[in-house]
Amino acid sequence: MTYPVTVPVDDTIDETLDSAVATSQPGLMRSAWGLWRTRIGVALVVLLVGIAIVGPWVAPYGASEFVGTANMRDVPGTWLGTDYFGQDVWSRFLHGGRSILFLATVSTLIGFLFGSAIGLIAAYNRGRIDDVLMRFMDVILAFPQLLLALVALTTVGPKPWLIISIVGFTTIPRIARITRGAAVPVVERDFVAAAEALGESRFRIITRELLPNVIGPLLVEANLRLTYAIGIIAGLGFLGFATERNAADWGLMVQENRVALSVQPWGTVLPAIAIALLTVGTGLISDGLSRTVAGIDRGRPDS
Amino acid sequence: MSEQTVALTIKDLRLDVAQTGHDIVDEITLNIERGKVLGLVGESGSGKTTVGLAVLGHARKGVAISAGSITIEGSNVLALDRKRLRQARGRLVSYVPQDPGTALNPALRIGGQVLEVLETHGFGADAAERQARVTEVFEEVKLPSAASFLRRYPHQLSGGQQQRVGLAMAFAARPAVIVLDEPTTGLDVTTQAHVLETIRNLAQQHGVAALYVTHDLAVVATLADEVAVMYAGRIVELAATADVFAKPAHPYTRYLVAAAPEMGSDRQLVGLGGRAPSPGQRPKGCAFAVRCELATDECRAEFPAVTNVNPNGSHEVRCFHAFGVPERTVPRATASITSSGTDDAALALRNVTASYTGVAVVHDVSFDIARGECVALVGESGSGKSTLSRSIGGLHREWQGEISLDGESLARSSRDRPVQQRLAIQYVFQNPYSSLHPRRPIAESIGRPLAIAGVDKREIRREVDRMLERVSLSASYGSHFPDQLSGGERQRVAIARALVSKPKVLICDEVTSALDVLVQAATIELLVDLQNELGLAMLFVTHNLPLVRSIAQRVAVMSDGAIVELGTAEDTLSNPQQDYTQRLLIDTPRIPDFESGQPA
Repeated sequence: MTYPVTVPVDDTIDETLDSAVATSQPGLMRSAWGLWRTRIGVALVVLLVGIAIVGPWVAPYGASEFVGTANMRDVPGTWLGTDYFGQDVWSRFLHGGRSILFLATVSTLIGFLFGSAIGLIAAYNRGRIDDVLMRFMDVILAFPQLLLALVALTTVGPKPWLIISIVGFTTIPRIARITRGAAVPVVERDFVAAAEALGESRFRIITRELLPNVIGPLLVEANLRLTYAIGIIAGLGFLGFATERNAADWGLMVQENRVALSVQPWGTVLPAIAIALLTVGTGLISDGLSRTVAGIDRGRPDS
Repeated sequence: MSEQTVALTIKDLRLDVAQTGHDIVDEITLNIERGKVLGLVGESGSGKTTVGLAVLGHARKGVAISAGSITIEGSNVLALDRKRLRQARGRLVSYVPQDPGTALNPALRIGGQVLEVLETHGFGADAAERQARVTEVFEEVKLPSAASFLRRYPHQLSGGQQQRVGLAMAFAARPAVIVLDEPTTGLDVTTQAHVLETIRNLAQQHGVAALYVTHDLAVVATLADEVAVMYAGRIVELAATADVFAKPAHPYTRYLVAAAPEMGSDRQLVGLGGRAPSPGQRPKGCAFAVRCELATDECRAEFPAVTNVNPNGSHEVRCFHAFGVPERTVPRATASITSSGTDDAALALRNVTASYTGVAVVHDVSFDIARGECVALVGESGSGKSTLSRSIGGLHREWQGEISLDGESLARSSRDRPVQQRLAIQYVFQNPYSSLHPRRPIAESIGRPLAIAGVDKREIRREVDRMLERVSLSASYGSHFPDQLSGGERQRVAIARALVSKPKVLICDEVTSALDVLVQAATIELLVDLQNELGLAMLFVTHNLPLVRSIAQRVAVMSDGAIVELGTAEDTLSNPQQDYTQRLLIDTPRIPDFESGQPA
């Protein structure tokens, strides 16, 4: 997936109309908010993050509290019945969002921080540093994310820090590639040379000259990576590697209750819908951002 | 002008922004006879390209052709349906774009691309005839027509050859009208001169009417039979080339002619502040009124009708004051500073050799720039002038030899130089669209050199405001972002940034090449003023020879990485000693002296 990062040039064919369009532009976030897809995405994400955070406090029962016979839809005192173990489906659903969101967010953040740093350093220094860093990124890219996670988790056991490290680690090269790609044309531009002529430090050039000019595509990519991280962690949960046995987790819930899908669908359907909506939400946000970035980098807001 | 000889007639053409209905161009009326070239001149944003494309029945996305007619050989291009329009393009009217490097398909052989035009239009009776025409048209545009050459790909050709292939495609099907959109931009002067000659000959020999869109007055003066000057979407003056240059009748044209650098004359470049209003912001009356010193209430109330100021011919002007426009040209003040000896050198280069990834591109260059002196470094692209100036600025590290500032030897890279040295040599870049941080307010960009020098915040703000005023931008501009500024304003910001730290040496790398001619003149005026005021040693890198005498006392001519000639600007340009300089001067288009020997 590539994002158009074009350097605004004095285009004589475009000249006349461009001057007819408003010259000042609102910021990235505000422009993106003008798109319906972004608003729907944000609404979905806010809803599900809200459920995950507030859920445990409003849940009528504990996460592993027995409330009746297993796999029943009509259990007095429960809303959606019981799961395969006789626990309240609704309560487990409310408890089950925190871990997946926490793991996905933290691992994406780690990938984002290291990935953007590596991408910027590679783009700015070029030459040997670029080669060494990016070839190393390619090596990491060669491992399938899910397989690497499975190998590590089956060896060490389902530890949250391990999931974060593996998913974060495998996210780094993906973000580094995008960052480097976006930063290379920026490095070529004269304001970077102007900063060099003044003798600005490398750190300052990378953080103050380059970073603000690649933040658009970077945000898009980070959002996309968050979507994938949610998918992978949900997948690991489904396979039983994300958390301790019988912990409340959306991914694990799907796996636990899928046998009883015809008798008691809620135990499977509810967390599945939640994961789907969450990824659709983050996906819509990154789509909205990428459209806006493309528009802004062409020098006019997307209309 | 008889009906039979007119090949292209544009009448009352108007194009709008489709969404808002604001006019981009309006009331465009002109005729071109067979075999004649009409130069359509204007600043960027004046709508000249829009008119050029409209002749092909094309309007850019979001733009609508809302009124008028364009008649070529009896058929109205604007009334044709899609299919007929497609047939007309290439056959009836063809187009030569600005950049041949991107206009040719890189994956197709050049002979095939020209042949494609002929096949599309069913030219000739059979394949053999079409193939013969391809060979013929390659000869017409002065390209080799051997089969081996036709089998080349665009990337195997030089820029000039690529543009000739563009011409061959345009002329292949023998159209009646050809639209050329700045086809020589980006070409070296020598190549440009040859391409222009080819265009003129082709138009004359085959009776093709050419609409030549450009911002370059010198090119128009040498090539065109007639000139139409556009301002803010309207033609403000239309006359024979000699009349436009000798007796410009519209105030805007006068400013344009006064702003055009001229190699032979002693007049000073005169710039003009402000900018042309964009579509949607144009006033009811004359759009030039706000910048015009002759403007009266009448001008502001309505747009003047066409006046013919030439009793013996046609010289159309849209100005109420067409008969009372004062001369705009000002003789140049004699240079206050003459080049001095090496003892007062602010910047000294000794045996500088620079290479690019191991290949030497600058060979053994030595010269000095004195305090208060401006040396122009001229040469064609690839001559190594940019590499040399970047080496002085510490932006290019691969160089040997000695560069010294006030007698102190400079380190190769700007990072290895002490702060004082870094601030003492400042650089203004070619492209103001890329030399300013797009997401940083300009006051912050200008103040950065002072912040590095450790000046305190309040002092920085005061200095930045002072600098903004000095480059004729008000202090309120400080909070603006670069995208809110025009090209000329951005270049002023870049100059302010370069001068805020009170440098000793200023390097200007093609600083006006991205600017319109009026803005260029204003920028040159500003640079000359500032240089005299601050006693700067200035290196003015340019490929624009006519500009040299307006700014520099001495000129260094660079070719293939070596300085082939170094002398005072006056001597070198009027009496060049080296073959290379002579050839460069001959090929540079200039505005001929229309005043002598031209009757009214």
